[in-house]
Parts: sequence; C-alpha cells; structure tokens
Amino acid sequence: MHELAVTEDILHIAIEEGQAQQATRVSDIYMTIGRLSSIVDDSVQFFWDHISKDTLCEGAILHFNRPPAIFKCNKCGQEFEILDDLLPCPACKSFDLEILSGNEMQVEYIEINTEEKDEPES
Amino acid sequence: MNRKVEIVRKILDSNDRLAAENQKRLDALKILGLNIMASPGAGKTSFLLKTIENLPESIRLGVIEGDTAPVTIDADKIVAKGIPAVQINTGGECHLDAVMTEMALDQLPLDELDLVIIENVGNLICPAAFALGTHKNILIASIPEGDDKPYKYINIYRGIDVLIINKIDLLPYLEFRMDYFKQGVAALNPGLVCFELSSKTGVGFEAWMVWLKSEVAKTKAS
Repeated sequence: MHELAVTEDILHIAIEEGQAQQATRVSDIYMTIGRLSSIVDDSVQFFWDHISKDTLCEGAILHFNRPPAIFKCNKCGQEFEILDDLLPCPACKSFDLEILSGNEMQVEYIEINTEEKDEPES
Repeated sequence: MNRKVEIVRKILDSNDRLAAENQKRLDALKILGLNIMASPGAGKTSFLLKTIENLPESIRLGVIEGDTAPVTIDADKIVAKGIPAVQINTGGECHLDAVMTEMALDQLPLDELDLVIIENVGNLICPAAFALGTHKNILIASIPEGDDKPYKYINIYRGIDVLIINKIDLLPYLEFRMDYFKQGVAALNPGLVCFELSSKTGVGFEAWMVWLKSEVAKTKAS
C-alpha cells in the first residue's frame, strides 16, 4: 500500500498552506479520497500520527470524505455503484461504462489557528 | 483565531509535476521512456530479456530496475546482456515514484540512449498511482494470474497505454477465458493496444517489436 507516500503529501500540502497563512497550528484537514483510490483511512491515520509529530500539523484531525465509485452505463444510462469488483450494468448487463465518481484524491480545505496581533496601544 | 482555508490541491500532484520534468528530459534527448508494471511473477524480467534479444543494434537501450530489496538478480541479468542498467532499491516501498526515477536517470548514459525501459515493482495497486515521466505505461498480465484481474484491479487497467498478455503458451493447460478477460479490459480501457505473446517461446513477439521500433522511430522524428 502506498498510504505513507499519500500521507506525506497531505502533510506537505497542509504545512505549506498553513505557513502561507501564518498559522500557529493546523487543527483540521478535510480531504476527498474516492473509493477507487485503494487508500485505507486507518492506514493514513496511522502514518499521520507518526509523521505529523513536531510539525505545524501535530494533533490535527483528519476528515475523510469518501465518494463512492459510481459508474454510468453508456448503453442504457443506468448509474450504479461498484463496491469492490467491476460488474456489468445491473440493468442491461453491458460493460460499456464510464466512471462518474470515485477517482478524487485531494485536500479540500484546512482549519488553522492564527495569532491575532494586538492593536498597538495609543 | 480559528479560520478555514480553502485549498483544493490534488494529492500526489508534486509527484506528477516531477514526472513531467522527467518526461521533458527524455523528450529533449529524443528518448522513448516505457514504464513496465505487473504483478510479481508475471514475467517482467523475462519479457525484457526477450525484448533485448529481438532489439536491433540501432536501438540503444538503458534499463531501470525497481526492486523492494537490495537484490540485483534482475539488474545483473540485464547487464549480462551488455545493456546499461540501474538498480533502484525502494527500501520496501511498493512502487517507484518520479523522484526515484529522476535519480536513476542521472545514473544512465542518457546521451547514448534511444530507449529507457523501467521495470516497476511487482504490484497491481500502488504503481498505478505514481507517474514516473515515461511516455507509455505498459502492463504485463499473464495467463496463470487468472482472467478476472481487470475486474479486480480497476485503476491499473484504466491507466495503461499498452497491455501485454504474457505466457500464452500456457493457455492449453489453464482455465483462462480470454473473451471474459478482454471484456473487462475493454470496459475499463476501450481500444487499448494489446499484444498476446510468450516470453518463453517468443511467439507473438514480432508484433510487439514492430510496435516498439515504430514508437522509437516516432520519438526520434519528433
């Protein structure tokens, strides 16, 4: 599994974006990872707990949005979900299919803490 | 203060960007780059050796061998054929990535090459997620793996440019429904270029070699 490389990239993105915003801490990371991606949430979380230590993102909570793998039949238009193995269209049994969702793999947004600067006393 | 920051950044995009750099490097030297993926035991190395046997002298090949452990069994076989080869030990990682590819390219005599073939780590899941910067992604499927693999490993079958069906000399001995296999392939990757061959007997290699030579020529002429 390549969750380590994926987790490292999530950390890299979150640190870079957090720093750009002068964050003192990144508290939450929201991701969309489609079901077709073969990524296991628990593995990402496992690696995250280790590699985020002593960074801007230490302790940040990972939020996974996992869109299902939805296929559309090009013959009859039926839309259906694939849970594991590829299956033909349940309506007409055609294998002429296109993928509508399930391929996504991105960081959507993060939540950060910033130190509000004190107004200079006059 | 707590606030939300919109990002929308693709994960592994940094790998994709570096892969694009690798490809530019090959383009500048008019080298064709191929990434060969397969499950362990599908016959990547024997396919490569047979390809080397059939390769005309005019096509100068360099090989990058990906392995999860520091064993040079595969690379040694290539070097024994007089071909420059670089071994990448991924240290247990399940795939090659663009960084490893860049480092391996540094070690090949690129100025003297027309073709670079990368043998990825044997795995049908992880290599599909990491672009290397090659021009074509090739998957070797083999008859003993069974005819259901396209149905189970959707991503790798979707992301390839060429499919090699290897070990067809074993068809008489195994239950392998070629129609069923190809139906799955066609569903995921319509019109995919496909070669049926045996790296052991050499049957079917002619068509593959014609394709390979023509792709190298196209790259030279580009």
